[in-house]
Amino acid sequence: MTHAIAVSRLTKRFGLKTVLRGLDFTAAPGEFVALLGPNGAGKTTFLRILASLSRPTAGKVRIGGASLPQEAAAVRRRLGVVSHQPLLYGDLTAEENLRFFARLYGLHAPARRITEVLELVGLARRRHDLVRTYSRGMQQRLAIARAILHDPEVLLLDEPYTGLDQDASAMLDTVLQEVAAQGRTVVMTSHDLSRVAALASRFDVLARGRIAASASREAIADAQLLDFYRAAIAEEAP
Amino acid sequence: MSSPSPITGLWQATRAIVWKDLTAERRSRELLSAMLVFALLVILSFNFALDLDPKTRGSVASGVLWVTFIFAGTLGLNRSMATEKDRGCLDGLLLAPIDRSAIYFGKAIANLAFMLIVEAIVFPLYSVLYNVNLFLPGLLLTVILGSVGYVAVGTLLSSMAVQARTRDMLLPILLFPVTLPVLIAAVKASAGYLSGLPLEEITPWLNLLVVYDVIFIAIAFMVFDFIVEE
Amino acid sequence: MKSTPTALKVLDFLSALLLVAALGMVFGYAPTERTMGLVQKVFYFHVSANWVGMLGFLVAAVAGGLYLAKGTPKWDVVEIAAVEIGLAFSLIGIVSGSIWARPIWNTWWTWDPRLVTVTVMELIYIAYFMLRSGIEDPDRRARYAAVYAIVGFLSVPLTFLSIRMYRSIHPVVITSTKAQLAPRMFQTFMFSLFAFTVLFATLLWHRVRLGQLTAQVERLRMKLTD
Repeated sequence: MTHAIAVSRLTKRFGLKTVLRGLDFTAAPGEFVALLGPNGAGKTTFLRILASLSRPTAGKVRIGGASLPQEAAAVRRRLGVVSHQPLLYGDLTAEENLRFFARLYGLHAPARRITEVLELVGLARRRHDLVRTYSRGMQQRLAIARAILHDPEVLLLDEPYTGLDQDASAMLDTVLQEVAAQGRTVVMTSHDLSRVAALASRFDVLARGRIAASASREAIADAQLLDFYRAAIAEEAP
Repeated sequence: MSSPSPITGLWQATRAIVWKDLTAERRSRELLSAMLVFALLVILSFNFALDLDPKTRGSVASGVLWVTFIFAGTLGLNRSMATEKDRGCLDGLLLAPIDRSAIYFGKAIANLAFMLIVEAIVFPLYSVLYNVNLFLPGLLLTVILGSVGYVAVGTLLSSMAVQARTRDMLLPILLFPVTLPVLIAAVKASAGYLSGLPLEEITPWLNLLVVYDVIFIAIAFMVFDFIVEE
Repeated sequence: MKSTPTALKVLDFLSALLLVAALGMVFGYAPTERTMGLVQKVFYFHVSANWVGMLGFLVAAVAGGLYLAKGTPKWDVVEIAAVEIGLAFSLIGIVSGSIWARPIWNTWWTWDPRLVTVTVMELIYIAYFMLRSGIEDPDRRARYAAVYAIVGFLSVPLTFLSIRMYRSIHPVVITSTKAQLAPRMFQTFMFSLFAFTVLFATLLWHRVRLGQLTAQVERLRMKLTD
């Protein structure tokens, strides 16, 4: 079984500061990995490297068989990314935003696909509204629509629930479940343990620049997730 | 569902980015109105600062116009990049399977369009205010060549300045000394056309503009990747 | 990193020697100019200082290109060193030019091409440091600085050209046909250029060592706090 994501001995330095130290990570196709960890552990850095936005200082990263950074363009086609910033243009309508990205990704029959994803995230009725009139929750949903527009194999999400209220979070849950059910590989970072507990099939803890612990959903009962997390962090403390 | 080659074509991606910028601007009109109002205020200030009496107006006109364009241009360049950086939209562009140069060309062409629009409005206005005929083909050529050079370097430098804390102050400081040849050549060529100098005296300035444009568009194209990657 | 390498110590000594010799030549060997008198002797060091200024910026642009191509931090250090030296010597050049101009043309400042170009160059490299201080991430800072060092340097010839086409009252000492200097003056001039170039190399080397030592200290400090 080839991995959807294969990372070995990934190191990332910013100037003299080392953030990721020889990190190893794999994800099988269709897995939903929740990436947990304290602030400053390097989760966002790791995700940015997977997203090809940042170059590794050392180590190997392969996504869907293509290596970063050499085959970055091939990798980008297979990736969808949702960040905690919406990455959308406020002065354009939802539809125009999607049309723009459809053109960047070189999609054929964009109109049909745009309607599809808008319906999936429940924004079809507001497609002609300017994005700056959207609530934060709606923007995140549109961001997900943008991320899956080109039907990527791998979906990366960085703290997507940030700033969402209960209703919006519940909606995001539904959308994510549907999206994940379509067979995509998902890596999501989050601080909200209860949220990810329901969605993920695997839990990895990133602490001090490495994956400190990894456990599949079957191995941990819901209530023990917090303990599992705490134990993983504590191990790494000096 | 996606196109066969891994990278979306340079021209297609550039066009998409230009379309995006123009559409967004058509909607909000923030950039253009700010640049326009600023340009008019600058001309107004010059009017009193330099006491443009009819005799001296002609010779000073090209200088006043170009300083105005350069200042207003800085405004547009800053804002154009700021919208990408502030909402993280630049990441959205970097995630797309496109040649990174498309981002440079797309932004540069959009910036050029905005600058030309402002110039197109300022020209007739200045003509009317000061009873100077500015609609000479040579002059229009100079405006285009000068704006191209200015925007080519400006887009490159604003993509760096936007990452700094002091972004609004930093761009003019980085940009003005490096675009001095554009200012000088454009002013001299414009003045030449306005005072009806023979073509041989004006062509050296136009040549300088063309040389500058070519060199710096080439340089920008080569180094832009180093600016946007992390 | 050990203490100063022998080659550098030799270079230090050589620079000092050459400078003293050059000074001696300026006052002892070269004849006093007929019309301008004693103040003309500023010329030897004035042009040499400007030469080192330009050399500094050229080295910076090349180092910038190498940094972008290879990514080794050493080139970034060389770049900073070269810009600093270039800034300092160009300033010496401008000020010495003023000292020279005052008694001759009765003015501290002239709007002539060379002077204005050097001043614009100074401004570009001051802007260079402002750019550096505005960027937090060290890798990004080094890349942006390299880009600006290259862009800045490439603009200088065009700036000079455009200003020269604009106007000129600077005396043209070395034309393309012949040097308008008496032979002993010419020799003193070339010797001063040489002495200053050696001085440039010495200062550059020292400054690069300083930069590398600083980086090493930072690395050690990071290790301690980790």
